[in-house]
Amino acid sequence: MWSNRQAFRNGNRDGIPIALGYFAVAFTLGIAAKSAGFSALQAAIVSLTNLASAGQYAGFTMVRDGASYATMAVMILVTNARYMLMSSALSQKFDEKTPFFHRLLVGYSVTDEVFGICVSVPGKLNPLYAYGAMLLTVPGWTLGTYLGVVMGNVLPARVVSALSVALYGMFIAIIIPPARKSRVILGLISVSMVLSAVLTYVHFFDLIPSGVKVILLTVVISTAAALLFPVREDPYSQIRTDGSYASNSEEGGQE
Amino acid sequence: MMREHNIYVYMFIMAAVTYLIRVLPLTLIRGEIRNRFIKSFLYYVPYVTLAVMTFPTITQATGSPVSGAVAFVAAILLAWFGAGLFPVSVISCIVVFVIELFILH
Repeated sequence: MWSNRQAFRNGNRDGIPIALGYFAVAFTLGIAAKSAGFSALQAAIVSLTNLASAGQYAGFTMVRDGASYATMAVMILVTNARYMLMSSALSQKFDEKTPFFHRLLVGYSVTDEVFGICVSVPGKLNPLYAYGAMLLTVPGWTLGTYLGVVMGNVLPARVVSALSVALYGMFIAIIIPPARKSRVILGLISVSMVLSAVLTYVHFFDLIPSGVKVILLTVVISTAAALLFPVREDPYSQIRTDGSYASNSEEGGQE
Repeated sequence: MMREHNIYVYMFIMAAVTYLIRVLPLTLIRGEIRNRFIKSFLYYVPYVTLAVMTFPTITQATGSPVSGAVAFVAAILLAWFGAGLFPVSVISCIVVFVIELFILH
């Protein structure tokens, strides 16, 4: 595990691209919030307390349509359920000696991106790494939403379009290096993308909300992979400790 | 119709449900999971989730599917040859911006 200082600084460094991407996405989310009747401050509070793009978008839509509170709760549950899987995976990255309250704080920050970088640190997770990233990502997300409501369409569409791939670029940078080292992970990623495209483009699946598609695919594909290529012993303990990212791939099957 | 509902109650529900979803697994699963299947499953989850969320969404996020697709390929190549999170992200953005200068008017 990294020292506190090192972990915090690494978190800062990796938080920069996430915060940039968040800012752009949150900006467009602010526009959606405005059309649902939220003030800039209210929308910023939702962003600060949710940190969830799809979930918030669904929530804003529910408010706009005057949905019941129960419908709202179910909708948020469905669109954010993937975080349950991510948190379960992240629970295995915590050292048993890490004080309990860190779980309450790090849990707050489990977004797709922050989860992605936290789960790929070498060895166990030093919570300060997550805090270092959060220090940038949470303001980026909250401020972006606020400005989205206030400034509406001031930012040129071209710039919003370009910034919106920042998050995906980062996802790719997280999953590709391990795929280079393990054919199982390379195959897993390929299959995931192909099936994701099928569920997106085949109209038969149009009625399934996109958050549910992510869960379905994650559960089905990860189950198949776990049955076909069970990992040996403790996958996380075999992660190299040279400080490189996501180098936790050598154990991915080959058996 | 919207007036029947209080916006702050909505906001509370959104925050509470979202937080519980995230924090329950982290607090309930305290120790190390020994079961080999569950361990393998959780090990594979991040790769599958991130892959599923990236493609084909990246081609729908930009002003044109072409710019998104080129950024996708560029990002994979960069990451494959060792570029880190930040360079891959920034170069993807630049790729989209430059391509859209030519194809979108």
